[in-house]
Amino acid sequence: MTPGDTAAPPLLELRGINKSFGPVHVLRDVDFTVRAGEVTALVGDNGAGKSTLVKCIGGIYSTDNGETHIDGQKVNIHGPRDAAHNGIEIVYQDLALCDNLDIVQNMFLGREKRSGLILDEPAMEELAAKTLAGLSVRTVKSVRQLVSSLSGGQRQTVAIAKAVLWNSRLVILDEPTAALGVAQTAQVLELVRRLADNGLAVVLISHNMNDVFAVSDRIAALYLGRMAAQVRATDVTHAQVVELITAGRSGSLGLQPEEAL
Amino acid sequence: MTTENIARTPDTAPVVEAPERRNAVLDYAANYWRKVAGGDMGALPAVGGLIVLCTFFAIARPSFLTPINIANLLQQSAPMIAIGMGLVFVLLLGEIDLSAGFTSGVCAAVLAILLTNEGWPWYAGVGIAIVVGVAIGLLLGFLVAKVRIPSFVVTLAAFLAFQGVVLKLLKEGTNISIRDSQSVIISIENGYLSPLLGWAFAALVVAVFAAVELVKVYKRRSRGLPHAPFAVVALKIVGLAALLAVFVTILNEERSRNPLLFGSNKGMPIVVVIIAVLLVLWTLILRRTPFGRHIYAVGGNVEAARRAGIRVDRIRISAFVICSSMAAIGGIIAASQARSVDPNTGGSNVLLYAVGAAVIGGTSLFGGRGRVVDPVLGGTVVAVIVNGLGLMGQQSWVKYVFTGSVLLLAAGVDALLRKRTN
Repeated sequence: MTPGDTAAPPLLELRGINKSFGPVHVLRDVDFTVRAGEVTALVGDNGAGKSTLVKCIGGIYSTDNGETHIDGQKVNIHGPRDAAHNGIEIVYQDLALCDNLDIVQNMFLGREKRSGLILDEPAMEELAAKTLAGLSVRTVKSVRQLVSSLSGGQRQTVAIAKAVLWNSRLVILDEPTAALGVAQTAQVLELVRRLADNGLAVVLISHNMNDVFAVSDRIAALYLGRMAAQVRATDVTHAQVVELITAGRSGSLGLQPEEAL
Repeated sequence: MTTENIARTPDTAPVVEAPERRNAVLDYAANYWRKVAGGDMGALPAVGGLIVLCTFFAIARPSFLTPINIANLLQQSAPMIAIGMGLVFVLLLGEIDLSAGFTSGVCAAVLAILLTNEGWPWYAGVGIAIVVGVAIGLLLGFLVAKVRIPSFVVTLAAFLAFQGVVLKLLKEGTNISIRDSQSVIISIENGYLSPLLGWAFAALVVAVFAAVELVKVYKRRSRGLPHAPFAVVALKIVGLAALLAVFVTILNEERSRNPLLFGSNKGMPIVVVIIAVLLVLWTLILRRTPFGRHIYAVGGNVEAARRAGIRVDRIRISAFVICSSMAAIGGIIAASQARSVDPNTGGSNVLLYAVGAAVIGGTSLFGGRGRVVDPVLGGTVVAVIVNGLGLMGQQSWVKYVFTGSVLLLAAGVDALLRKRTN
């Protein structure tokens, strides 16, 4: 930990989060810290609880117990609207875009700007174009293109831009590069890095270690619903992270043997 | 481009600027063509089909394009178009309302009973009929959105049940006529604007259209956003004005064979104005309000809509409410057209023609794509087919088979477009 890290409270801090679905205990006493200006990679095997943890942060699932702190203040998040209100935006794996709407319409979906009862299309279009320009996105021809005409990378870009549009402070990306080719992956990772450099807190869920090491500052590894370790990306090797994911520990890092069982 | 500018930026400026300005219209056309080629054909197939059919019937039967037949066409298609407009909202969600036809029958029966048997004033009868439509929509919407029964089953059940309700209301099959004293109801389908009012209405439509288009361009310009070139906007306005001028001129011609003996029969049917007002109202709601945007979103991707915080159930219920209340309005128009209500009002092929009208006009059965103008165009196509084949002396079976084929063609185009975009 550098002194700069401890000076301000982290943007998001989860303490002792538990979540069960019936008899299945999915998250056990999970602690998770996310800082502004950093990319925190959230890694773990299938079923480790990554998606559940993210949905708890986003207010889609309620937690059984545990505390959520934002800027050191305890908050209660009871739904997606609460999360959005606290500046938390999630970009889902399956994108959650409407193919039959254009880029502007998708970016403002559910939060349309209006003048009176009528949609304020010019204002939305202007803001959408500005946001895309601010993220140095040059791959889309027109913001009035239907999403159905976009490539996978362009869709991911729109989904991320949609999250950023709302002066969000924490953007969570659920496997943003899973379905993309090499060039498009590079494009999206560049965008992810730019978000953090712009001062946002970014959580990146990924299975791809190359992606994780390419952009993240910190790595948090979940193992069977427990937080095995949260470390600086520069302090660990590729192999250590893989061990954390598959065994829950790597040498002195991670869960103690009796804990892991 | 002044000479001063050219002097300041030699060579490049004139060369770059001039083609850009000349290309604005061409760019617009190229953009439009790209959209069409990409599968977003909009009104093109329906308008194209309409032109082909009208040309064919006009050649085969010169009486097809007479003023009296054109007025007939508009009057005949009005109930189907009104029901189709409501159906668009349900179809946009990827749902279906098979009961819309008999919903219109139930509401028409309620109207007839209140007016003729109970002697209520027209506005009270119309009000109650529409309230009945809203109630039916709430029930259907609740069953689909909350109880989660597939809309096909819910509305199929309602289709059967409402036939029974109509029979019960009409005491096992009597026919309730709307008396001539109910002049407001009768004149919906049988009244006409005076020629002067017809022109005033057309002028109003053009003026409002021009104002809306120009304000749009002005607003986008002032924000530095790309906008349609003025030439295109002007062309659209002039085009609409010319179209309406022809339309009003035809409708203002004397249709009565002997005005002195049988009374004069000219002017725009009042029902055309009603359909036009409904078209503008629902288009405004669907294209320019957050509610309309959310209808498209739910039809395009329910999960995305839910995650965007849209209350999907409410959207579903409101779509069914809009559909059933538009069916009520369709029923009122049908009652006016027949000057009576019988157990077959809203029955037989009314519903299928209304769905057909929407689909032929370009509304997708898979949800997410469609406009309120679709059933107006598609309904006109259906009416032209039925009317034209009738004039040619074709038997009923030909009409059914032909209309069915056109519907299948439209649904086939819809399915192919969907396959291509996926």
